[in-house]
Amino acid sequence: MNQDIYVIVEHLRGQVADISYVMLAAARLLAQGTGGKVVAVILGHNAREQVVGLGADQVLYLDHPSLAEFTSDAYLKALAGLISENAPRVVLLGHTSVGMDVASGLSVRLSLPLVSQCRSVSTDNSLLKFISQICGGKIMAEGVLPVPTALMTMVPGGFKPEHGWSAQPPEVTPVTVPTMEGLRVTLKQYVEPEAGDVDISKEQILVSVGRGIQNQDNLELAQELADALGAVMCASRPVVDQGWLPTTRLVGKSGKSVKPKVYLALGISGAPEHVEGITGSDVIIAVNTDPAAPIFDVARYGVEMDMLDLLPVLTEQVRQATGG
Amino acid sequence: MATIAFSQSPSFSKTFYSSLYKVIEGERIQTCLQCGMCSGVCPFGYLMDFPPGRMIAELRANTFDRVIKADTVWMCVSCYACTEVCPAKIPLTPGLMTRAKEELLMAGNIPSELQNALENSQRYNNPLGESPRKRADWAKGIEPEVKILGKTKQPVDVLWFIGDYPSYHPRVRSATRALAQVFNALGVDFGILGPEENSDGDSQRLAGEHGLFEVLAEKNGRAFGKYQFNEIVTTDPHAFNALKNEYPALGISYPVRHFTQFLAERLDQLKPILKQEVKARVTYHDPCYLGRANGVYDEPRALLKAIPGVELEEMSHNRNTSLCCGGGGGGMWLDGFQWEKAHVRLSEWRVREAVTTGASILVVACPYESPRFEDAAKMVQQAGQLAVKDIAELLVMAMGD
Amino acid sequence: MNIIVPVKLVPDLVEELTIDSSGKALDTSWLRLILNEFDDHAIEQAILLKERIGGQVTIVAPDVEGIDDVLYTTVAKGADRLIKLVGDFAGGFNNHALARVFSAVIKELQPDLLLTGVQAHNDLDGSVGPLLAEQLGMPYIGYVAGVTLTDGNVIARKEYPGGLIAEMEVTLPAVLGIQAAQQPPRYIAVSKVRQAMKTATIEEQTAAELDPTGGLTIGRMFQPEAGAQATMITGEVNEIAARLVSFFKELGIL
Repeated sequence: MNQDIYVIVEHLRGQVADISYVMLAAARLLAQGTGGKVVAVILGHNAREQVVGLGADQVLYLDHPSLAEFTSDAYLKALAGLISENAPRVVLLGHTSVGMDVASGLSVRLSLPLVSQCRSVSTDNSLLKFISQICGGKIMAEGVLPVPTALMTMVPGGFKPEHGWSAQPPEVTPVTVPTMEGLRVTLKQYVEPEAGDVDISKEQILVSVGRGIQNQDNLELAQELADALGAVMCASRPVVDQGWLPTTRLVGKSGKSVKPKVYLALGISGAPEHVEGITGSDVIIAVNTDPAAPIFDVARYGVEMDMLDLLPVLTEQVRQATGG
Repeated sequence: MATIAFSQSPSFSKTFYSSLYKVIEGERIQTCLQCGMCSGVCPFGYLMDFPPGRMIAELRANTFDRVIKADTVWMCVSCYACTEVCPAKIPLTPGLMTRAKEELLMAGNIPSELQNALENSQRYNNPLGESPRKRADWAKGIEPEVKILGKTKQPVDVLWFIGDYPSYHPRVRSATRALAQVFNALGVDFGILGPEENSDGDSQRLAGEHGLFEVLAEKNGRAFGKYQFNEIVTTDPHAFNALKNEYPALGISYPVRHFTQFLAERLDQLKPILKQEVKARVTYHDPCYLGRANGVYDEPRALLKAIPGVELEEMSHNRNTSLCCGGGGGGMWLDGFQWEKAHVRLSEWRVREAVTTGASILVVACPYESPRFEDAAKMVQQAGQLAVKDIAELLVMAMGD
Repeated sequence: MNIIVPVKLVPDLVEELTIDSSGKALDTSWLRLILNEFDDHAIEQAILLKERIGGQVTIVAPDVEGIDDVLYTTVAKGADRLIKLVGDFAGGFNNHALARVFSAVIKELQPDLLLTGVQAHNDLDGSVGPLLAEQLGMPYIGYVAGVTLTDGNVIARKEYPGGLIAEMEVTLPAVLGIQAAQQPPRYIAVSKVRQAMKTATIEEQTAAELDPTGGLTIGRMFQPEAGAQATMITGEVNEIAARLVSFFKELGIL
């Protein structure tokens, strides 16, 4: 029985997505339990250079023109062939716009069990276990990955991407792709996001400022942190009312509801009208001079200090961590 | 030559016009003089494409669908200022503005914040979207324990109708607890519906959702019908208005008063326990739905005068000329929309007036007001020292606990 | 165009969720169910398409508590046909089972296009949309935030992180997993819904027997440790910044 752990690598326009490394880290843990290999699966066309950095023992590389860009139908067809041929122990896909398009289809086409929203895995003697996070993070579900083959879609948060990274390039095995006739989905074109103002409700990282910013000139400090993090700025009402940021950046009852991975609330007291807009955030980190500010009731982490003192230091450290 | 815009459906204007007669005294609209006083006194009249006076002009010209296509009716906060000044005594607020909002709502032309509040009201029986099960959580820890009628099942003298914001909003809850303290100090025999209480529905009604109002009223009516009590006392002028003026048409009729009226009647018992001096100059904001809409001006003032040390100074707009805080008629959920158009908040104007009186405390009697005025005070430069207190909170301060 | 929208109700997160005595499932005694937010968008997108190009919109849903109100609301918005599947849903069901029940009914309806929410927060075994698509032998595209029609083919605007869109053409019949409708779900006055309750009919059909194969058995369900108050980070400013940077890395944003 094949004890290998497959990770379906996600790449978009030449960039390997972070979730791939998270999955590789998880796969490493599972492989230690089964004694099998961590196998990264790359589908693409002329995409061999994507293997750099993948923390895998082996790469299976499926090359075909119709795999050049992701489409659900082509990926489903190619992967269904590969998985039914090799019958790996576990197949990890991202709980993303890519992975979710094919995981369920694979489950039905190959009659394989599928578990979603997995945050973490573990081994318990010969058992492989998963923990999934559902209901907006309020409920955890734990179970065993059944034999002989199980499918999983993973969310980030349980493993650090750097644990799935390796300087040692893995061995690459090309795999012949079956004929890709009768594909029903074709990519026509990519459309870049509009140059107009961003939609903060779609952003993953938000740097939000409140009255603690004190004046318009200080906004620049927050913008620098946002730039360093690849984040977008938004604000609570007093800042928008002053006209320092457009209303498209307002978070709260009269503005937008946001659901980022990380919401940095800087100098925001946390009045209910604001908090209403941020309860969908995965993690709220609050900085405020007032230890009794209600924002600390909803934040995961808090810092009691003046945001203006913290910003330059934090921005500098973030820049160092990202290498400029 | 200018092109005359033909209305797409002249019959729509006619149908709408005649529907207004169904409102009590609505047929007075036929006697509009087009004097423009309504549009002039309206706090947002200068921003509306069609302030009340012009709306009537469009109606008479059979071009009312132009009003429906514009969305500036949502600037109306149902403050009754127009109704108060109309020389022809047209019931403009209920008889025109609310009806116009109903038409816009039916057409789906409604700002998203308001949509949220209405959908929450349907699902959770309150516009804040809070769990109905937690409606009485504000009462935890109060001694003696607040009676929830569904649990105690005993008759009480007073059914205290709490309201949405007084139940759930963190700032307003302090005022609710204060009022409970006052009732307990006076030995009032009261009970509350707790999780069985639904939004009174008045603001939703004024925002154009009559169907929703009826659903909420019917639910409240069924809850009232289960218990025995002599009268209903409300925290909220909006609930007072609904229960007194709108519920009876649905067959739900009980004696009802606002808590300021209830307490004013008991001044003899109240005065002796107001022992602690509250040395402050205060000013009182007449809520639209207590004052203009229902004529209750003196009772809150009587309560304030009973507090030792309090010096009451009136703002230049007071009693029936009081300036709306902007929360009514759905205004509580139209802040974003109204800000976009106005870039000014009515609550800030009112706070500036309060500051001019030299008062250190702005006293309110409606649950929308404390959060709105406190918010506004942050933005008004000279309002740094201005405190906003509900009458009940001030009474508790004077009770000296 | 014959558009079908399969929808499901999910636990309302406004209420506190608790685990039942078995320790493996949610306690249903206080559970309130609400329409899956993404299914609401799918309904809106279907109505928009009908308004644009004409056709019929059919809503299909399992018979669970509160479903009637949801169905009547869709009619008030413009849906044409309501089908409620009556079966043994009270004991709980996973997405594989629900998809099978849907597919048995939908096969007979010969749709051109199926729209359904791309996911739901309680999805533990894939999502209904792609499961159903494969069971029906149809292609699937998920995370769709825009649908247009050209020469009998559908162009779906598929969303990637950062706002990037991929325009994908798909042959019909197809299933689209809707992330967002082209406009937010419209508001419907309560009086219109009450009107729909008087005039619309909900067709009842017997659901096929539930077959959960493909989902995994849950050994244990629990609530993560609630941190009521924020964990305060203290120290000198450089130390605080360093802690924050390491949190950022852990959370996958650096």
